[in-house]
This record gives sequence, structure tokens and C-alpha cells, in this order.
Amino acid sequence: MSQPATLFDKVWDAHRVLDLPTGQTQIFVGLHLIHEVTSPQAFAMLRELGLPVRFPLRTFATVDHIIPTDSQIRPFSDEVAESMMSELERNCRDHGIQLFDTASGHQGIVHVIGPELGLTQPGMTIACGDSHTSTHGAFGAIAFGIGTSQVRDVLATQCLAMARPQLRRIEVTGKLGHGVYAKDVILGIIRRLGVNGGVGYAYEYAGPVIEAMTLEERMTVCNMSVEGGARCGYVNPDDATLDYLRGRLYAPEGEAFDRAAAWWRSMASDPGAEYADVVELPGGELGPSVTWGINPGQNLSVDERIPTPADVPDAERPGLAEALAYMDLRPGQPIAGTPVDVAFVGSCTNGRISDLREAARVAKTGNVHSRVRALVVPGSLAVAQQAEDEGLDEIFRAAGFQWREPGCSMCLAMNPDKLSGREVCASSSNRNFKGRQGSPSGRTLLMSPAMVAAAAIHGKVVDVREVL
Amino acid sequence: MGQEAIERISGRGCVLRGDDIDTDRIIPARFLKAITFDGLGEGAFLDDREAAKGNHALDDERFEGASILIVGGNFGCGSSREHAPQALMRFGFRAFIGASFGEIFAGNCTALGLPCVTLDGADLEALMESVELDPGQQIQIDLQEMTVTSRAGSVHAHIPPGTRIQLVEGTWDGTRALLDAGDAIEEAAGRLPYVAGF
Repeated sequence: MSQPATLFDKVWDAHRVLDLPTGQTQIFVGLHLIHEVTSPQAFAMLRELGLPVRFPLRTFATVDHIIPTDSQIRPFSDEVAESMMSELERNCRDHGIQLFDTASGHQGIVHVIGPELGLTQPGMTIACGDSHTSTHGAFGAIAFGIGTSQVRDVLATQCLAMARPQLRRIEVTGKLGHGVYAKDVILGIIRRLGVNGGVGYAYEYAGPVIEAMTLEERMTVCNMSVEGGARCGYVNPDDATLDYLRGRLYAPEGEAFDRAAAWWRSMASDPGAEYADVVELPGGELGPSVTWGINPGQNLSVDERIPTPADVPDAERPGLAEALAYMDLRPGQPIAGTPVDVAFVGSCTNGRISDLREAARVAKTGNVHSRVRALVVPGSLAVAQQAEDEGLDEIFRAAGFQWREPGCSMCLAMNPDKLSGREVCASSSNRNFKGRQGSPSGRTLLMSPAMVAAAAIHGKVVDVREVL
Repeated sequence: MGQEAIERISGRGCVLRGDDIDTDRIIPARFLKAITFDGLGEGAFLDDREAAKGNHALDDERFEGASILIVGGNFGCGSSREHAPQALMRFGFRAFIGASFGEIFAGNCTALGLPCVTLDGADLEALMESVELDPGQQIQIDLQEMTVTSRAGSVHAHIPPGTRIQLVEGTWDGTRALLDAGDAIEEAAGRLPYVAGF
């Protein structure tokens, strides 16, 4: 009997090609996902080197960042967006890479479609030129974001040179309260450990709260690992993981599924495995979270007050002052009641069907406030179809929300969906950085999709527990 | 693509204070709407600089011509966009000294041959104060000795060991080093049940 090992150890060892002279490990990448923004320069570098794509069947492409969500008819009205789309099409055609464009029926945000197509599987290594690749860790994969030069490396060699991170197990204990979601769990973790607490670590999420989560909820948690500084985060595969995968387009079928399931289960962390660090977070103490600052760690429960300089350590005071000046919020002020101009439900964090269902439950309770512009952007064509089959689009429209086509939309403002001026946006996305949503002075309040819908209706931050 | 060994970098410093400066601030997303990295230098910190109305470190004439950017903690957190180090490189920076760096940002810097070295808190503060008082001085990063030398003195610097070797041996261009594995790549793939077929 070998020593108890973690999933991270097992996946790392299974994908080790060799140890590099630098002390790093050359790791085989089982699944490579690409999109239109961070791949064109990588293909150009490959052409310059005269190298082919080594494993074209292990790379899949889609378009998400720049795609408009009002009309996706080609050519796009934005010429630059159209040229980026054309370049992706050309690169995929030239190298024999499967592209999930709108015509394929499978287009969507890269971190939404990977799992929904069954491409994302336990025990894999997954890389993509996008920091939210950590999402795929929900399946028990080791998944991490890379830069464009590394996209080139993966295209040319299907490998990356990696230094092994330390592993921290985060146990979320107890049970979540009414109106508290996966988004609140990850915001709570980041608040506790800090936005740089995960630098040098991979996170293993565990404990009763995580085990009780659906795969979509686990994706929300793993998605924002990177906001906590951890390049990857994962959940051990279990029955829920297998149930999610069964019948998916790229999942094995029949007896092959059973053989796959046995291997997937074998990759889970063993009892007694060792971790560099273990942190426990009581899930029952979490409330619906809202960010008040300019990084995702600057968040609190909706019933709390914005910190004053006296509440924080000396070292954090300049950051607090900078955040409050940018946000135009006052120390000691309750976050509830903060007026919002825009509401955005969507993104790779919270653009899946369960997110839209929760937002729709709230949307049934009223109409979008007259001052608020509210968008619901499904994460993929499949999510959009499912939502329409369930009549969610009608619920949203009836309440005054705009029902859009799939894409990254207002999460990052590389498409027409943007804030203007000093607008405040209640957003189900992942980053409240200065200028993130497209206006250099725009302001973002991160929260769960249900909280976003409640803010849209009331025109201000409200406690969703009082609405549901 | 270079294979130049990077052992020492000397130049003037530019002090950019503040923690958790993310890659959206380094290069706003609208500059990512392109299929090349050309011209990104002009976008470096553009929104922050406009908001600061000339009071940003990158517009401070005392730091003009600086090639080493001195930053706080968790610099380059957020998005994986390689456009961030590309923009700073095109602006003129060749190395970064800070308290800590976002991991993907640091990896992207390595792939471009731009060292990201960290200093202990008191050493970093002393370096920042020294450069702010005397911005004309030369700073040297020595990756062989792992030191940063300025008029504040010579202090120990840190960088992940593998990254240091990549830089000083000139193997920071990842593709070449990875291609050396040859057939071992296909052999490793063949051992994976999901590649071989369940």
C-alpha cells in the first residue's frame, strides 16, 4: 500500500513527462482550451518557428470575450471583433482544431462549455489562456490559466514547465443559510485568506458544504480561486461528479464510462493525505456577500458596515482609503442601501442554468427599478436554450431585464456591454477591479446572481434573504 | 524569441506604490482587442495615469527612462493577459522588484525574459525610499548572487529557483526546452487512460 496521496499529487505524477534541468516539471496538458483574445499571437509565434500543433485533437476553441450579446450575426459590427473572430477561424482551420462557434450550437464562455460538453473530466490537467481556467477544478482536474507564450508552448508541445505549488485544504463546515450561495462561500474564503493568500498554493476545497454542492456550485467556488491568489483550486470527484458527466457529448459511454469512473474515483485524495496547510471556515456564519472595494477580498456580509480605518491593520489602511475614494463609499456606512445603476447576471462565475434559475426566482418578485439597466447573459448557447425551455427568459423580460445572447459580456468589457462614467454595477462576475467593466471610473459590487436580481428590482443593494 | 542568458540587469528605478495592482489596471481590456501585441506600450496604466492627471509614477519625470519597476505586493494579480508584461516591456521596463507577484503575471514575465524578484518588507521599503529620494541612481539586480544593489545597500532578493535557472541559463523560452523531451511527450500521453482511451 502506497502512502496516502492527494488528488493534486496523483494528477501531477500521472502527467509528469520529465523533470527539467531547472528543477521544474514538464507536465503534459490533457485538455487545452483556447479563445480569440489570447491565442492569435501564440499561433503567430508558432508560424514564425515553423512548428505544427503537436496534438490538435487535444485543443478546443470557442469565442466568448469579444462576441456581442445583442446580435451575433456575422460579420460583427465591430470590425476589430470581426477580425479576431476571423483569425481564430483561420487558425483552427489551418491546424485542424475543433472550433465551437455559434453555428456549432455549442458556443459559449470557455469555462461554461468545457464542462457542459464533457470535455472537462476528473484527473486531467487543463490549461487555457484565461485565469478563470481554475473553474474546471470543480471536477477534480488540475486546471490553471496561462499566458500567450505558454499557449504557444502547449500548442507546440502539449506541455508546460511548472513548479509544484504547495497544497492548502480549505474545509467549509456546517451548512449554508437561506439565501447564501456558492458565490458567498468563495467570497468568504477570499475575505478570510486575502487576495494574495493563495500565491504559491493550489487549493483543495472540501468539507460538508462543498460536498453538498452541485457541480455548477463547485465551479463557482473553483472559478474564483485565482481571485484568492491560487492559480488552481479543485474539489475531489464523487458521485455528483459522475452523475454530471454521464451522457455528456465528450464523456465516455457504456462500459468505457464505468472504466473511466473507476479511474476518476481513484484520483481523489486519500484519507490521511498530507497538506501544507489546512483551513476551516464555518459555512453557517456566512451571509450574502457584497464587495465594497476594488479587489474581491474587500467584501462583507450584506448586513455589515463598511470598515473604518480603526477596523483594519495599519498595513491595510492605504488600500482601504484608496478603495473608498474610488468607490465613493464612506467608512462605517452599511453596504445595504447602496444605489446601483446597472445589474449584470452572467459570466464564467455565475452564468450557468442554476444561476439563472436563482436570479429568476427573485425576478418574479418585482420589476426592474426605473433607474436600473439590467442584463441577463447566459453562459452558453446550451444554457440559453435550457433557460428558454424553462421559460426563464420570459420571467426576466417580463420583469424588465434584457435577455441577451451568450458571451463574457459585461464581466470584462471587451464587447459593447460596458459601464459608462461612474455607474455602479451589481454584478455576478468575478472582479471589482478599477475600470474592469469598461469605464475607467465605473464601480462594481460583486455578489451572487440572486443578490444582483434583488438589487436590480430595488435599485439598491438589499438583503436577498428578505426578498426570497 | 531569444535564448539570451539574463544574469544582471542594471538601470534606473521607477517606484509605483500600492498593493494588489491588477492586470486590468496595467493594461485595460480594450487594448486586448487586437491580434498582435504591437503598440501596447502606449496603453500601459493608461486609465490610472489619466485618473491621476499626471501624478502617476509612469508620468513622473524623475523616473523618466527607468527600466526597473519597483512595486508593492501581489503586483499583476488578476487576468492572465500576457498583454500586461508586454505593455510594460514595450514601455521600457526590463525587470520588476516587488513584495510579491501574481503567479500568472510572473510566469508571463519569465517567458519574456523579464525577471520578477521579491525583497523582504523592510528591504523593499528602504529601496523605494532610496529611489524616491535619489531617482537618478543605478539599481542592479544580480540573479547569480541573488541581490539587489542600490544606494540603500545590497540586499538579498528572492525568485523561484527554477525561474532563476531559466533566466541565467537562457532557457526562459519555454518551447525549445519543452521540445527537447522528444518522444517522451507521446509516451507520457500514452500512459494516460483518457488519452489512450478508457
